Amino acid sequence: MFEIFSYPFIQNAFLAGSVVAVVAAVLGYFLVVRGLSFAGHALSTIGFAGAAGAVLVGVPPVYGLMTFTVIASLAISLLGRDIRERDIATGVIMILALGFGVLFLSLYHGYAERAYSILFGTVVGISRSDVLLTALSGLGVLACLAAISRPLLFSSFDPELAETRGVPVTFLGGFFLVLVAITISITTQVVGILLIFALLIGPPATALRLLHQPMQVISLAVILGLAYTWLGILLGANSSWPVSFFITAFSFGVYLPVRLLSKRGLKRVEIAFGSERHA
Amino acid sequence: MLDILRHAFVQNAFLAGALVAIFSGFIGYFVVLRGQAFACEALSHVGFAGATGAALVGASSLTGIFIFTIIAALGMGALGDRLRGRDLEVGMVLSFILGLGILFVSIYTRSATGVVNILFGSILSVTHTDVLVTLISGLLTMVVLVIVFRPLLFASIQPEVAQTRGVPVRALSMIFLVLLGLGVSEAVKVVGVLLVFALLVVPAAAAEHLTHRPLLAILLSILFGLLSTLGGLILAFIGRWPASFYIVSLTSLFYFVSLGIDWIRVPHRYREMPHPSREVLPPSRG
Repeated sequence: MFEIFSYPFIQNAFLAGSVVAVVAAVLGYFLVVRGLSFAGHALSTIGFAGAAGAVLVGVPPVYGLMTFTVIASLAISLLGRDIRERDIATGVIMILALGFGVLFLSLYHGYAERAYSILFGTVVGISRSDVLLTALSGLGVLACLAAISRPLLFSSFDPELAETRGVPVTFLGGFFLVLVAITISITTQVVGILLIFALLIGPPATALRLLHQPMQVISLAVILGLAYTWLGILLGANSSWPVSFFITAFSFGVYLPVRLLSKRGLKRVEIAFGSERHA
Repeated sequence: MLDILRHAFVQNAFLAGALVAIFSGFIGYFVVLRGQAFACEALSHVGFAGATGAALVGASSLTGIFIFTIIAALGMGALGDRLRGRDLEVGMVLSFILGLGILFVSIYTRSATGVVNILFGSILSVTHTDVLVTLISGLLTMVVLVIVFRPLLFASIQPEVAQTRGVPVRALSMIFLVLLGLGVSEAVKVVGVLLVFALLVVPAAAAEHLTHRPLLAILLSILFGLLSTLGGLILAFIGRWPASFYIVSLTSLFYFVSLGIDWIRVPHRYREMPHPSREVLPPSRG
């Protein structure tokens, strides 16, 4: 079972997967706390349209991904300032981008296979330089996040108070979404569009049900993310089923019992969010 | 130009498109009112897993989509009685379902084109039977929706008050999610899994920006949906680009225009007023 580690492509998958899991867990914590799960999903889907466009004009997909997701993240944070409009604005931007994705695909002949590989990604086709690039950009994203983490946390939990204290709430929100967009663009190459969403949402969602303090939640989310990824790659390499399926199945399989058993944890989280509960 | 209408597949496309637009416009009004846009998006991806799963066992994709979306709708309803604000539950279900879809696709590797058709729709391959199925399931949805219309509206706008008045809020929420599942299944055939949102949510959201009167909003929503779908189809026959692209562009156009109209019409200082159907009341601070 473990002799697969002698293959370089499995080593690369492990290294790249680990980097992605760590960065996604940290970013995902903020994403979940800010109630932006849908934006996470939308941005990863929008990336698909960008990749399709890049393939059409013949440049590397990462440029298309970057362009589309960064523009979309700015648009989402601009249109989504009003909470009750946010989900819908996010959705409209998403389907508009996807509409263009369909167009690009139809203009690019022999498209089906290509679309398929962009959407579902492959963890096995990763080179050593991909790993290096992922690690470097992951470090960059984490450094940016660390620099804004305190005001971002403040404005995530209590935007009104943060605003009155002079924290640039709107700017931070936009900057954060751009970080998410960049991360998605780079990691899509490695793990595919559908998997990055699972790694962003799953581990922090579970950790939030169990713990309370931000640093503890983030640490647990990182551990969970790494565990899912490693187990997923291990099982995926030893069977004919895809790695992404194992990772999402673990993530949901752990979340469900935690969610059902921790009614109290849920209450605590809600209070911590100062959130929208009725009196 | 007009003799293209004589082809059966063109007639089917227009019929199916119009039916789906009408049914979606009606259900979509409640989706927007109840803040369940993300749940709707998740259900459409459930449809993807359903379609690929059905292909795996050799059943028709519509059957798979029906079964999967209804199970998922019941599951999401059971996890949280009202899904608004609980976007985590939806997100988790969504990511798991996507994983399941990937699994089915990887087992069923016969054609990537089939997968792309599920994802982006194939309105030109709609058969006469599909139109009939859409019509029957759509009418069923409409009838149920009309029966529960008043209590559902009440429960959507003021759930607490409705609850104290004895309206079965939770049961209504489940019923509505199942109806939404049916609506999604119908829309998948026309615009595909990835773009269901364009027909189910966007026209209704545009209508909501223009009026707060329920019946008028529903009528506008249906109108926007019809104009986008039929307009998109006509453009697709004239031009050479896919129908999904035109449909999505038209609905988005309706949305952005009505957003602009709303923006101009309502003075900015009232914009922060909490919507009765949303839990956005700021926490009271001592």
